[in-house]
Amino acid sequence: MDFLVANFGAILFYVVATITVAAAVGVVTLRNPVHAAVSLLLTFLMVAVLFVMSHAEFLAAVQVLVYAGGIMVLYLFVIMLARIKDLGPGKVFLSGLAPLAVLAGVVLGCLIAIGILLGSMAAGDGGAAAMTAVDGEAIGNTEAVGWLLYLKYLVPFEVVSVVLLVAMIGAIVFGRRDAALAGAGEEVEP
Amino acid sequence: MIGATHYVALSLILLCIGVVGLMVRRNFITVLMSLELMFNAVNVNLIAFSFRLGDLAGQVLAMFVITIAAAEAAIGLGLIIALVRLKDTVALEEADEMGG
Amino acid sequence: MKFYDLIWLIPILPLLGAICNGFVSNRLGLKKSVTHGVALLGSGLAWLLGWAAIVQWILDLGIHHTHVVRLYSWIQGGSLRILDGSLAEVDIAASFQLDAVSALMVFFVTFVGFLIHVYSIGYMHDESDRAYARYFSFLNLFMFSMLVLVLGSNLAVLFVGWEGVGLCSYLLIGFYFEKDWCAAAGMKAFIVNRIGDWGFLLAIFATFMVFGTLEFTEFFPAAAAHPEHFASAATLIGLLLFVGAIGKSAQIPLYVWLPDAMAGPTPVSALIHAATMVTAGVYMVVRCNVIYRLSPTAMLVVAIVGGLTAIFAATIGLVQNDIKKVLAYSTVSQLGYMFLGAGVGAFVAAIFHVLTHAYFKACLFLGSGSVIHACGGEQDIRKMGGLKKHMPTTYWTFLVATLAISGIPIFAGFFSKDEILFKAFEAGASDLNRFGSAYYVLWILGMVGAVLTAFYMFRLVFMTFHGEFRGGEEAAHHLHESPWTMTMPLVVLGVLSIFGGLVGVPGKLFHHPEWNLVERFLEPILLPIGHAAEGGHDVSHHAVSFGLEWGLVVLSVAVASFGIWLAYRFYMGTEALVRPQRLAEHFPLAYKLLLNKYWMDEIYGATVISGTVKGSRLLWEFDARVVDGAVNGTALTTVGSSFISGIFDLRVVDGAVNLIATCYDVASRWFRKLQVGFAQGYAMVMVFGAAILLAVYYLFKLN
Repeated sequence: MDFLVANFGAILFYVVATITVAAAVGVVTLRNPVHAAVSLLLTFLMVAVLFVMSHAEFLAAVQVLVYAGGIMVLYLFVIMLARIKDLGPGKVFLSGLAPLAVLAGVVLGCLIAIGILLGSMAAGDGGAAAMTAVDGEAIGNTEAVGWLLYLKYLVPFEVVSVVLLVAMIGAIVFGRRDAALAGAGEEVEP
Repeated sequence: MIGATHYVALSLILLCIGVVGLMVRRNFITVLMSLELMFNAVNVNLIAFSFRLGDLAGQVLAMFVITIAAAEAAIGLGLIIALVRLKDTVALEEADEMGG
Repeated sequence: MKFYDLIWLIPILPLLGAICNGFVSNRLGLKKSVTHGVALLGSGLAWLLGWAAIVQWILDLGIHHTHVVRLYSWIQGGSLRILDGSLAEVDIAASFQLDAVSALMVFFVTFVGFLIHVYSIGYMHDESDRAYARYFSFLNLFMFSMLVLVLGSNLAVLFVGWEGVGLCSYLLIGFYFEKDWCAAAGMKAFIVNRIGDWGFLLAIFATFMVFGTLEFTEFFPAAAAHPEHFASAATLIGLLLFVGAIGKSAQIPLYVWLPDAMAGPTPVSALIHAATMVTAGVYMVVRCNVIYRLSPTAMLVVAIVGGLTAIFAATIGLVQNDIKKVLAYSTVSQLGYMFLGAGVGAFVAAIFHVLTHAYFKACLFLGSGSVIHACGGEQDIRKMGGLKKHMPTTYWTFLVATLAISGIPIFAGFFSKDEILFKAFEAGASDLNRFGSAYYVLWILGMVGAVLTAFYMFRLVFMTFHGEFRGGEEAAHHLHESPWTMTMPLVVLGVLSIFGGLVGVPGKLFHHPEWNLVERFLEPILLPIGHAAEGGHDVSHHAVSFGLEWGLVVLSVAVASFGIWLAYRFYMGTEALVRPQRLAEHFPLAYKLLLNKYWMDEIYGATVISGTVKGSRLLWEFDARVVDGAVNGTALTTVGSSFISGIFDLRVVDGAVNLIATCYDVASRWFRKLQVGFAQGYAMVMVFGAAILLAVYYLFKLN
């Protein structure tokens, strides 16, 4: 019991990490896209927990709201409404490419690992207080992020807004039903 | 204790999985999901460092990443709609019109 | 301004006439009267100016004074090193001189020339206006050239005139150039003359090399002062000059052009080939008497060639049937006599014979022209006869001139020819230069030639003017005397043929040497050689006695009379032409030989001419084969090498270029495989790329 209490943070972390990885693997491997979507959702939730553990509460909330609440819903809606057919009894993965891809991923991973190992990072949560303070004043994480976002990073904020606008327009354009998209002579789906 | 290193390692693992998934899956939807996975890995990395260094900029950046990911998801799904309309399939290998 | 200072004008006046007629009258086709007016003005003024200059010169300066008029510096070269090592300045002046011999030449050249101009008016009456103008232009041009020749004060100016008369001879002989044989005759004259001119040019070069100057007033005294020093040079120069004279004055072997030159109009023959041009050679020899007197060898050569020519030509003239050809061979023969005279040292006699020959030969030619004109162009004497009654003036002048040429006393030719023969005998008798026997032989040849001369000339007279007309009915109606323009010169020349020789009466026969005006006049040109006590007379006068001298005179008259009697026997009377025919039948070979002029033209054609033609053909072959072959070979080589180069370009160069293109093709085909259009493939590549980048980064970091 003492062990649990004493090392709660570590245990929690490992559990959450394991679930995250498992879910991620599930995303990549599951055949049914809906299943993969659910798995992805799980991943998102676990990542939100991790955010909380890192004293990024606001971001955890945003993660859940946007990712889990918005993007996953979008995925599921598209899967449903576009009548994505299952790929059939064919393979899930591409045959020739799979080993090579795995190799690529592993190689990349190793290299990055080397980089990490070469660097030096100490343990500890040195910035817990900093996460919630601005100018030495403890105001809570959300407010702190807000202060930073709207003052120091205003321009990127505006730019990202524009990007969202463009993406929205793009999505509308893509989603339009007209002959230009569907190709000449092809029947337009209602 | 659990330090930045652990988070970074986790981020790395997620990234690799996402990369592999990106390259390997036949279904376009799943490919996009792998892409989302990669975004998350990046976010984990950012938050970890933000916490470790005591700098809120990391969180702000992660905020931006989420936003962009949302935008990208929208576009990507629009692409899927278009692809389905065109080819009536979501198999990515069918979309090779641009190939030589 | 004295007339003798204007001697340069004497040639210029006919030149102006020639230019005027040649470029104006010829082109515009002016009337004949304008043309011959201009020509007469040109030659007439030259005559008057010439005589005036001579008279004034004699009165003011005296015959011993050589008057030189220098106009301008004509040729200026640098300095040349001459034979004796010194540096001589090449500075040839255009200058003229008036001394005894040139005065004598000017005297009769201008006068006889003028007479012939007058004669030509009548003779050439039937020609077209343009041909008429051309004729008179050339005639004036000839006068110009001849006067330059005789008035020149150095060898170069003399040579200019020399060439000029050669040119005019060609132009005038070939006057009727539409007829091929006339044009050919003109060319023959020019070419044969040219051979002589080559010798003359070499003589000019030799003279300059030896003496450093071409001026007569400079090198004659120099040569005369040192006879032994210049003896060998004089031989060379003398012989080379004589080569020129052989060509110009038609001696053996270059006489062949003169008979053919009869193709030209008759006045041309009279002027050029009787009175003036052909005597230019004699003039030149006499002018250079100093040179010849320094060289016994050269003199002997001159004498031998002259003597042989005299008799050779006379033999051919015996049987010719063309009236002009007879006269042509007669001219060659008489020229031979002149050179014989020069060769035995009788320079004065030679020039005197030139003078008298001018009178009677011109008269003979003009007379023959009159005859031809009357017979409507017929020149064959076998078709003539009995013209005496139809053209009395022509007959009497012709007869007088024939008497002169035959050497009958009082008439002109007697004095000069007799002088030559006497001098030849004297040379033999006094053993001149140790060649005495040769000179004796030459004297004999001269005597025989005199017989032949008399014979064939009277043959001509008898066959042409006596007996019955043999030309047919048609021609007989046209027989008439010539107009006054033609008969007037005949009369003048006839009178001169009678009395013209009296200026050279051999006064010493009558113990009055001063009666020989010609000898006294020409004395100054015979410069004293070395330390000779007697001025100008190298031949000893004491070899032949007084009586012998008279005997020789009588002998030559007798010889001439014999010739005339023989001609009378053969060609006059009832048995005219029968005797010669029988003689010809008795000696057919001899007759044929003479009639065909010893086939000299044919021999020349077979040897010299065909040899030259073959030689030039050989050279042409060489040029065409070897030279052109080399050029063509070079061209072929170029073509071949360019062909190879083209292949190289096609295969190698283009191959290299194509290779590069093929490489690109292959590479692009290989690279194309990368672009499958398969997005995940791209993703994989990107991952690999990122991995590589990282690896490289680490490697750098670690280093």
